Amino acid sequence: MSARKIEDVQTLKERRDSVLKRMTAAVPYARFMGISFDRRGDELTAILSYTPMLIGNPSPAAIHGGATSAFLEVAAITELTWSSFWQVMEDRGSSATDWSTEPLPPLPKTIDFTVDFLRPGLPRDAYARAVVNRSGRRYASVRVEAWQDNRSRLFAQATGHFLMPE
Amino acid sequence: MTPEQKKATQMFVDMLPHCRELNIRIEDVGPARAVMALPYDTKLVGDPDTGVIHGGAVSVLMDTCGGASILMHPENGGSFATLDIRIDYMRAAKPERTVFAEAFCFHVTRTVAFVRVTAWDEDQTDPVATASAAFTFTPRRPKAEAVS
Repeated sequence: MSARKIEDVQTLKERRDSVLKRMTAAVPYARFMGISFDRRGDELTAILSYTPMLIGNPSPAAIHGGATSAFLEVAAITELTWSSFWQVMEDRGSSATDWSTEPLPPLPKTIDFTVDFLRPGLPRDAYARAVVNRSGRRYASVRVEAWQDNRSRLFAQATGHFLMPE
Repeated sequence: MTPEQKKATQMFVDMLPHCRELNIRIEDVGPARAVMALPYDTKLVGDPDTGVIHGGAVSVLMDTCGGASILMHPENGGSFATLDIRIDYMRAAKPERTVFAEAFCFHVTRTVAFVRVTAWDEDQTDPVATASAAFTFTPRRPKAEAVS
């Protein structure tokens, strides 16, 4: 551990960003929904970029509840995959592995997902952060919070259980 | 279901841009009940390794179908919104298959509607997912008031 070389910040960012990009770009549904991720260290924020096709109720305009659920589920699955892969990625570093081609872990499967709708989703961008409550060998529990203009005024929150890939 | 009922419910769904985008179709409606279909589309794939559609797309189908069952409730008098929904995923939907959902609004109070939904792809007795949801609810005005 003490012999470990301190990595160049650019190398480190490139590795983390390329893995995250591949992890999210591989999912057609996330692309269709316009979901992207912002990364600060290991912390991810999911962003749902507003488009009119997300509307469920035309007047007053509100994002479809199903689309909100979907956004939260994508945020939860990505966080779970990302956080379980993080240590592997950091331990191996950039010299031994080509992260642009290295196979990514299979995705966890949703067992159940419960969403509370706290406020209508306004026709604008939405953000979500997921926290892994517990991740065992087989099962994981994740909670997600989503907001729009104010971080403290959540418009939806969710809890889900997932089956970890073998 | 009469052709008029089907047309009216399909119009409700077509007014929702997100449902139009997903090409969600009405299959059948009845009192406090709705059946819908979500055709398979590669843009909805959640796991590229398997071609299985994302659970999120199934959420949209089940939420919409739940809403339609309230719309079809004889006591319904106005707007409704999802308060919460819990979805249990029994298994992955088969790639290339249309996913169906049937929703039943089994109880309403003056303020809340309770709904159960089942989703399947080939056999209704072998569900892909089930959901239970609570919606805000506005009852129809009593007849005496409506006359005045």
